[in-house]
Amino acid sequence: MPVNPDLAGRTFPPTAPYLVGREKVREFARAVFSESPLSLDVAAARAAGYPDLVAPPTFAVVIQQASLDGLLADPDAGFAIEQVVHGEQRFAYTRPIVAGDELRGTLSVTSLRSAGGHSMLTADTVITDADGETVVVATSTLVVRGEE
Amino acid sequence: MSAALPAVGDVVAEREFRITRDALVRYAGASGDFNAIHYRDDVAAAVGLPGVLAHGMLTMGAAVQPVVDWVERMPGAKIVEYGVRFVRPVLVHPTDGALVTVRATVGAVDESLGIVRVDLAVTAAGATVLGKAQVRVSLGS
Repeated sequence: MPVNPDLAGRTFPPTAPYLVGREKVREFARAVFSESPLSLDVAAARAAGYPDLVAPPTFAVVIQQASLDGLLADPDAGFAIEQVVHGEQRFAYTRPIVAGDELRGTLSVTSLRSAGGHSMLTADTVITDADGETVVVATSTLVVRGEE
Repeated sequence: MSAALPAVGDVVAEREFRITRDALVRYAGASGDFNAIHYRDDVAAAVGLPGVLAHGMLTMGAAVQPVVDWVERMPGAKIVEYGVRFVRPVLVHPTDGALVTVRATVGAVDESLGIVRVDLAVTAAGATVLGKAQVRVSLGS
C-alpha cells in the first residue's frame, strides 16, 4: 500500500484534551530512568518555581502519539503502523510540560518523499496548553516501508 | 548565575542504564506504546527481527536524563531542543537486558545567545544506537 501523496501539507484536527496527571509524570519519569527531584517530588518542583511536577523532556511523545494515531486512522493515509519505522525525533520546547497541563496536539505533514521503495514522512505536532499557547513542537520522521 | 561557560569538549555527564525486559514493559505502560515487538519474542521473530527491541523513545528518553540532572544544577538553565536519529536498534536479551552507555559532551557554545549544544554518544553492545543526538540548553539570563 503506497503512502497517499496528497498527505503532504495536510493538517489534521487537534487531538482531544489530555490532562497531565501527577502520577503519570512520576510513572513516566521512572520508566525513563529519571532521577530528577523535579519529576518526582512536588515540593522540589515548587521550590524551583514550577506549579507542579515537571515531566521529562520526552513526555511530549504521549500527545504526539495520539496525533499520529489520528493520521494512521485516516482511511486516506494509505499505510499501516506495521510498515512504520521511527527514523528521527525532535522536540523544540517553549517551556516544560507540568502536571495539571491540559494539552492538545495538532499534526501537520510537513514533508513526504520517496527513497528507494520507501517513503519518508515528516510531521510536526504542535502541542498547546489550555490557553492555546505552544508548549512544545514534536517533529517525527517516519520511514514507511514499501510492500516489497 | 555567573558561573563560567562550559567549554567545547567538556564532558558534562556520563551514565549507564541496564534496559531489561521489565523496563520495556514499564515503558510500554507509561508511554502507551504497546507494539508487541518490544515484549514478545515470537512477534519480533515473525517480522524478521533478531529479538525483542527497546522502544527507540525509551532509549531517547533515558539518554537525556543525565543532561537533565546537569541542567537542573544550573539555576535558570533549561533544555530548549532535543533531537536524535534512530540509527541502530537496542536488542534486549531475555535475562541480561542491554547495557546502554551515555556520554554527554559540549559540542558547541554560542556565547551571544547563551546556548550550549550538548552532544550525546549513546552506545549498546559496542555500537552507536542514536545518531546526531543533540540537546540545546539555554543557560538563562
